[in-house]
Amino acid sequence: MPNLEHPAYPAAKLLQLESLVPCRESQVSLLLSIFGEREQFTFPSIFIYGHRASGKTYVMHTLLNTLQLPHVFVNCVEYFTSRLLLEEILIQLQSYSEAEQTSHVPCDTLNDFVRLFKQAVASRELQDQTLYIVLDRAEQLREMEANILPAFLRLQELTDRNVTVVLLSEIVWELFRPNTGCLEPVTLYFPDYSIGHLQKILSQNHPPVYSADFYAAYINILLGVFYMVCRDLKELQHLAALNFSKYCEPVVRGEANERDTRKLWKNIEPHLKKAMQTVYLREISSSQWERLQCDDGEPGQLKGLSAHTHVELPYYSKFLLIAAYLASYNPVRTDKRFFVKHHGKIRKTNFMKKHEKTSSHLLGPKPFPLDRLLAILHSIVDNRVAPTANIFSQITSLVTLQLLSMVGNNDQLDGPRYKCTVSLDFIRAVAR
Amino acid sequence: WGFFALLQGCFVFKPSPKKRKVSHETEHDLGEGEVVSEDTELRFLTCQSLWNQIKAETEQIQEDLNKQLFDNLTGFLRQSHADFPEKTTEWTRGLRSREIPTAALVLGVNVTDHNLTFRSLSEVLQNNITPYVALLEAKNCAGIKHLMQKLLGQLMNCQVDEDSLEDEDYVQVSQKRIRCSMSSLVTWYQSVTKKTDSATPSKRTTSSSKYGQHPPIVVVLKDMESFSTKVLEDFIVISSQHIHELPLVLIFGIATSPMMIHNLLPHSVSSLLCIELFQSLSCKEHLSTVIEKLLLSPQYPFKLGEKALQVLINIFLYHDFSVQNFVKGYQVGNEHFKLRPWSGLAGCEGGSRRAGEGLLTRPCNDRTKSNGFKVYVESQGSEKQIALLTEDSCLKETVQELLENLHVYHENYISVLRCLHIFTSFLPKHPLGKQLRELHCTCLEDRVWETEEYESSLQLARMLNKSDLVTMLQQCVEIFVSSSGKQFGEIVEKLKEFLTQFQKLEAEAFQEPDVSISSQKELQKKTDLYHLQKTLLELKESKRSKKLTKFELLRFEIVDYIDSLVRQYLLPADHKTLHEVMYFNTASMLREHLNAAPRIALHAALNNPYCYLKNQALRTAGGSISNKAPDICIVYRLHLECGRLINLVDWLEAFSTVLMATEEPNADASSSDQDDDVIHARFIRAVSELEFLGFIKPSKQKTDHVARLTWGGC
Repeated sequence: MPNLEHPAYPAAKLLQLESLVPCRESQVSLLLSIFGEREQFTFPSIFIYGHRASGKTYVMHTLLNTLQLPHVFVNCVEYFTSRLLLEEILIQLQSYSEAEQTSHVPCDTLNDFVRLFKQAVASRELQDQTLYIVLDRAEQLREMEANILPAFLRLQELTDRNVTVVLLSEIVWELFRPNTGCLEPVTLYFPDYSIGHLQKILSQNHPPVYSADFYAAYINILLGVFYMVCRDLKELQHLAALNFSKYCEPVVRGEANERDTRKLWKNIEPHLKKAMQTVYLREISSSQWERLQCDDGEPGQLKGLSAHTHVELPYYSKFLLIAAYLASYNPVRTDKRFFVKHHGKIRKTNFMKKHEKTSSHLLGPKPFPLDRLLAILHSIVDNRVAPTANIFSQITSLVTLQLLSMVGNNDQLDGPRYKCTVSLDFIRAVAR
Repeated sequence: WGFFALLQGCFVFKPSPKKRKVSHETEHDLGEGEVVSEDTELRFLTCQSLWNQIKAETEQIQEDLNKQLFDNLTGFLRQSHADFPEKTTEWTRGLRSREIPTAALVLGVNVTDHNLTFRSLSEVLQNNITPYVALLEAKNCAGIKHLMQKLLGQLMNCQVDEDSLEDEDYVQVSQKRIRCSMSSLVTWYQSVTKKTDSATPSKRTTSSSKYGQHPPIVVVLKDMESFSTKVLEDFIVISSQHIHELPLVLIFGIATSPMMIHNLLPHSVSSLLCIELFQSLSCKEHLSTVIEKLLLSPQYPFKLGEKALQVLINIFLYHDFSVQNFVKGYQVGNEHFKLRPWSGLAGCEGGSRRAGEGLLTRPCNDRTKSNGFKVYVESQGSEKQIALLTEDSCLKETVQELLENLHVYHENYISVLRCLHIFTSFLPKHPLGKQLRELHCTCLEDRVWETEEYESSLQLARMLNKSDLVTMLQQCVEIFVSSSGKQFGEIVEKLKEFLTQFQKLEAEAFQEPDVSISSQKELQKKTDLYHLQKTLLELKESKRSKKLTKFELLRFEIVDYIDSLVRQYLLPADHKTLHEVMYFNTASMLREHLNAAPRIALHAALNNPYCYLKNQALRTAGGSISNKAPDICIVYRLHLECGRLINLVDWLEAFSTVLMATEEPNADASSSDQDDDVIHARFIRAVSELEFLGFIKPSKQKTDHVARLTWGGC
């Protein structure tokens, strides 16, 4: 275990920091050595990546807050345009400096930003300390104007101030690199937490009423059930909090004491398995789950979201959907064979071309023109169907319901083409 | 609602003309430029007041049906942010991820009805829960930016509407609107709620007590299916970042199935939501209620005939599932009032005689216009006939009497229909249909007792067991007791008598043990094969000839009685004199208006221009093409004979041949040259018209060809 050591910061602070970031000590110490002392210039840009819930945001947040380094923290999803993003950075900078709210300054371009940024930094008593701009979910930057990302990477050079941009992302740097080239940032990888790490982190925050050992045993059971499907720390924390009251039940009722691990395990294990099928998949909501726990009811009473798959459709919509499905998954050449009464003989040999032998369900739906859909509809409906306006509007409403989808919607006159987007199971249910 | 009550009141007791002068200006629509006679005015007013009532009634029905759903929803909303802002320091709080409470509202595929539902939903919410309700539609939210703009616009505007006194607020808001991010929404919310806290108590107590300290912000996504995944993901991620500061609740309007949420959102996003499901009433049930309350109620004199009703129900079941459209179709039926001179009488049918007198001043002039009435007159004795045709007072008397009869007929009809429905809906396989509306249609169509289905259902009814029969009888008694008809006392008596007989039977059955059981015991004793066979044969014989038990007799009696009721009261309406005053049966008109067939109409117009132009010259025998027809028709007819690709040169050739067909063959060369140019120009114009109509398009495969886009192309 590397103990955090750095001459620039007091030891007490470092100790506190260490306790806050379990299992991420090596990354933090690396970051600290990159940062250097408060006034020292550091790399212009740092790129940190790692999976969801591997502690990127949390570590940066705690690091900057505990050591009280001047920083700006922005989520790029929330500020979805470059303008919003730049303005948000400026607003956060200004709110740091003084209490009085300076009026809102519009900032449309990076040029403006650099100018305003210099002003803001100057007005702040930074004493040449490094300012950190952390951009969370930085993959969104790629969707903004092309100059945003390269400019952030060399912001230090552009503004000529002691500033470092930290990018946090779930994807690797190679996917960011613009065509025109840019300043390469220092990349840093946050590996996934191992099961041991998860156990350690989850057990750290035990409820005050119960002992740490008791809670650790609970976490152990929880991980035993969920580790196979979920390694997301946040999700596990959520699940742990949801199910803990059930775990404690025998203890509260006095049927078992805290050390009676086997009994407790027997009590909680089926419950957790049920939770994996319902709450974890968001089939039923966590509040409903809690209510169930309180009432001691069976989760069977509450149907999950996917239990309600049945969709009631008007008579012709059903047939339209079935016709669309047939048109999407059958090759055109077989239409005559399937839908015309006296189609004549078709030679068995050579009937299927080679590529058609692979299941068409693997290939996915193919687009078909409107006329073909109507022709199939006419042949599968018993009585005559007049091509009324209602039929056509039903096709459109099926498109809005996302049961069909329009392919290449260039021109209505050009003969629109559709695809059927529903599954075989759905069609079976409709056709019944 | 008050207005409706007023209307209803004035309608039943005293339809005074004063109240009806609400919309005098529009009556000219019905007059259509003619002299607006007193009669048309009257008709228009009756129509208008009737329609207002019906509209109010349908809205009321919808409200009642949605009540349960809305109650559940408001309960959920109230509870979802009950502990906002968080003060509790439970250890779980820090660990549990704060999910956004989300209601998945499954509304069914009848998208046209949803708007009304959402409107009343937002009304309910604004009255009970929170002033901050935003309704978002997918078509306005192509990107996250637009979504945020719409959201902020709606939320902040609603605040402005709430108290327009604070002008400086408005200025601030409009300035802020430039920056539409969630953080500005947060600051806005904080300022709003803070103001509520500190504002002068007199002004604010009402609103804060109504909504609570921190009313949630409700965001309704009306058509969840149409939103793009990206927008939804971004929005949910952003909102979940601010859920600590902002009590946000989402409502997803879902038309298909809630599974779609999982299809649309990845697990990482859906794990930010706390989704609860709310299901609305199925639209079929909704329709049944509407039909029962509107058509099967003596209160509304405007009825639909069998065919018209069938058209409307078919459109509903086959095409759109939209109750809204059904009611619209019903409204179209109101055209009736415009077309029939006597229909003005319909309004007064439920009313007193006095009302009738007012209305009856007019029809004396056009007494012969009504066919049904003519028949009635002819069926009377000669003296009476003369009196009816000459004396106004006599006519008035008779008409009033007839209307009265019709009203009584309706009351009886509805009760007996319900009663019959109770019997038939219990039967296996439902020979007369499961729903009341199906039974109603059958009864309207013809004499119901002459149909095969009725016969078979009676047969089935004769096999019902006792407990079912008793409950049915009890239900029937309830219906008759609660109905407004006057002459049901007798029937109720009779039914009650049946019930008491049942009780007696029960008592008897308790006393004497069954005979057949003993004989069966005997059967078990015998082991000899011959004897066994013999006794079995005997048993069979006895069964065949056995007298019916008392219960069976009673059952027959009951079924026969019901049958007699049906024969007496369920006469189809068109056998009644003056039924055309109330019944609308022009199904073809409804079909034309509501289920239009543009392709067929276009084809008919182009293929046979006579049916629209009514020009005798265009009348052609067989399939030949007249050269008098408009150019486009000729071109259309010619193109029908071609394959997918049409050669323009051949087409032009054929076109000119058709045009020249009747002209003299020996025209001189110079004029024919000129003619060629004209024909060419006409041809080009016709072809481009056809292209404009979407029948053909230029083809890329061959430059001098065009491709057909319609049937027969492939």
